[in-house]
Amino acid sequence: MVLLRLTSLRFPRALEARLSLATLLIVALTFASSPNVAQEEEAPPAAAQAKPAAKSMTVVYLGKEYQEPLPLSFAEKVITDKGIQGARQKLKEANQAGGFLGYSFELEETILPEDADVVAKAKALLAAGNRYFIADLEPDDLLAVADLPEAKDAIILNIRSSATRLRQEECRKNVFHIIPDYAMRADALAQYLILKKWPNWYVMRRDTPEDQDYLAQVQRAAKRFGGKIVEDHLYDLPPGARNLDSGHQQIQAQMALETERSPDHDVVWAINSDDDFGDYLMYRTTRPRPVVGTQGLQATAWDKSYTESGGMRFQRAIPRIANRPPVERDYTAWLALRTLSESAQKSGSVEPETVKAYMLSDDFRLEAFKGQALSFRTWDHQMRQPVILGGGTRVPVGTSPQEGFLHPKHLTDTLGFDEPETKCKF
Amino acid sequence: MKSFGLATVCAAALLLAAAPLAYAETIFVSNEKDNTITVIDGDTMELVTTIETSRRPRGIILSPDYKELFVAAGDGNIVDVIDTSTLEIIRQLDSGPDPELMDVDPEGKIIYIANEDDSMVTIMDLKSGEVFAEVPVGVEPEGMAVHPDNTLTAATSESTSMAHIIDNETFELVANVLVDSRPREAKWTKDGKELWVSSEIGGTVSVIDPATWEITHKISFEVPGVRPEQLQPVGMDFVKDEALIMVPLGPSNRVAVIDTKTKEVVDYILVGQRPWHGEPSADGKRYYVANGLTNDMTIIDLDTMKATKSVPVGRLPWGVAVMPGKTAAQ
Repeated sequence: MVLLRLTSLRFPRALEARLSLATLLIVALTFASSPNVAQEEEAPPAAAQAKPAAKSMTVVYLGKEYQEPLPLSFAEKVITDKGIQGARQKLKEANQAGGFLGYSFELEETILPEDADVVAKAKALLAAGNRYFIADLEPDDLLAVADLPEAKDAIILNIRSSATRLRQEECRKNVFHIIPDYAMRADALAQYLILKKWPNWYVMRRDTPEDQDYLAQVQRAAKRFGGKIVEDHLYDLPPGARNLDSGHQQIQAQMALETERSPDHDVVWAINSDDDFGDYLMYRTTRPRPVVGTQGLQATAWDKSYTESGGMRFQRAIPRIANRPPVERDYTAWLALRTLSESAQKSGSVEPETVKAYMLSDDFRLEAFKGQALSFRTWDHQMRQPVILGGGTRVPVGTSPQEGFLHPKHLTDTLGFDEPETKCKF
Repeated sequence: MKSFGLATVCAAALLLAAAPLAYAETIFVSNEKDNTITVIDGDTMELVTTIETSRRPRGIILSPDYKELFVAAGDGNIVDVIDTSTLEIIRQLDSGPDPELMDVDPEGKIIYIANEDDSMVTIMDLKSGEVFAEVPVGVEPEGMAVHPDNTLTAATSESTSMAHIIDNETFELVANVLVDSRPREAKWTKDGKELWVSSEIGGTVSVIDPATWEITHKISFEVPGVRPEQLQPVGMDFVKDEALIMVPLGPSNRVAVIDTKTKEVVDYILVGQRPWHGEPSADGKRYYVANGLTNDMTIIDLDTMKATKSVPVGRLPWGVAVMPGKTAAQ
């Protein structure tokens, strides 16, 4: 492990004083009237609108209308356009920026019914020449598309699945992960709990494949950071109705019962991907203990409480087009298209090979409201990023990595699988 | 701190009573979270008063004749104009949504305002507020700088990572230069031959040649023991007759000093937490920088390049403006 606590260890970083011409793109559309600009022949008067030799990139948004768990509260709107709205927002921005430099971007929205054949559709899209995909797909569908022989030179950006196997044993060379995985989420929370000196965790969970994955990562985080799972408790009562007259009385009794026999602990770590009981835990446990995990305090790429580092712009932009606040998948979709449009403009090419090389290079330093540059881990193509701790509080509780969790290269590599731990082999 | 003899102090006191000292000045600091401007007497470093503004004051500049102070209030969607003598808001400019940074042309007639949430630069008459043009630029415009000869204006766009150059006669874009991530401030040298742009997330300062619109130098920062991602250049101010440029580096709690000739970093000065924007004193001997997280302003002596003092201001201080002379309130 390359993790170091409270010890500063840095590699010297070469001074990047020299100018890299490749990262420079200059459009100097000139006017006769502007004295400081070299005269060029027949520059059109509306320089800003003119698009010299446009380079165009088409990005496919490939998704499925999977059935998702309903929000536990009736008061919460059921959202059926998660993700795509973020991509649409970024498309506007990308064309606004690209227009100045002669780039244009198109988004091909392909959202299929749940029972549709996504592989056949992907084949057709690939045959039509598409190479850029924002994948709003569950792991099996994602892998089926990525493993198509014709997708070998495609760039597929996973914005939906946190499954660790996609970054580990089942990583793919043509797949990049924008969304944090369960390992990053568990580490982000664990660092905070250790910082707070709350090392004893009572896990309450269901047993879906997602829950099992998250549990394994909480166990891993406990080992990494010195936490302890005092008990792994399977919650197996059937989910209640979403709305029940006097239901709160029953819930009140149930949650107290479920938590009273547990060994003493500092927090309850809820692992409940189906979102059918986790929220009931808060303020109803036998001992007065905070709740973290998939409910309560959550580790997330975006949160409705997040306003820092220009984040208000995204908070305001999504409601304008979607009539609702942004959710995490809107952000990851926005970030996916931003990754592609920035890489095209900065590398000067819309060819997948060049774009991919740029995405994996040290020059790729993406700004995305997180106060520091985001980039990709070369060993598993996971986007390294700070993770917000929020999910219900009016202001964020914090952002991980936490102070004191140091890493020789990137502090954000203390979240998730670091290079020596990776099981990914491209 | 130098120690003065009693006689000197007495002499100074007498002088003070008789007439304002040559370096008498007033410092204005915008406090983003308090919705106020802190007014400080530059001689005594004492608080003169606190002015309430519209919501979320950030960008703060003076008119060329120092008679008016312009405060961009982002959440108020307005620019407050404050009389620097009476310290009262005398009018407001309908800046368009979310104004952040501004600049005024050398003649003091036109104000250029970056509308962060609207991807526009609003160009308006300083007195009447009449809008001459709204120029679409990249996403999240921030830095604004009018060329010294008043022919061009540079605007940076944070999200698009560009410096856009506006022709001041036609209000059209003449060039768009791609720089590193999240460009913040733009500053021209007095001779107009260099445009300096800070890139917060990219962690670099670019120097652009307006003859070719190419980046001729890119300066990065390195401090032993400080994580590279914390070295984020935000503000930029020329000092010492442009021999040096001061660059507050946000989360690293330092101000970098760059030699403008060699384009090399010559010093890093430890200040308060999250230094954001600053301004040199009227006599050019000191540099004042607003520290967002420690709610104070650090004074740097430009001869010794040492932080000498810090002065408490409001919450989340953002920017500084310095006026020679005093206000009526003093």
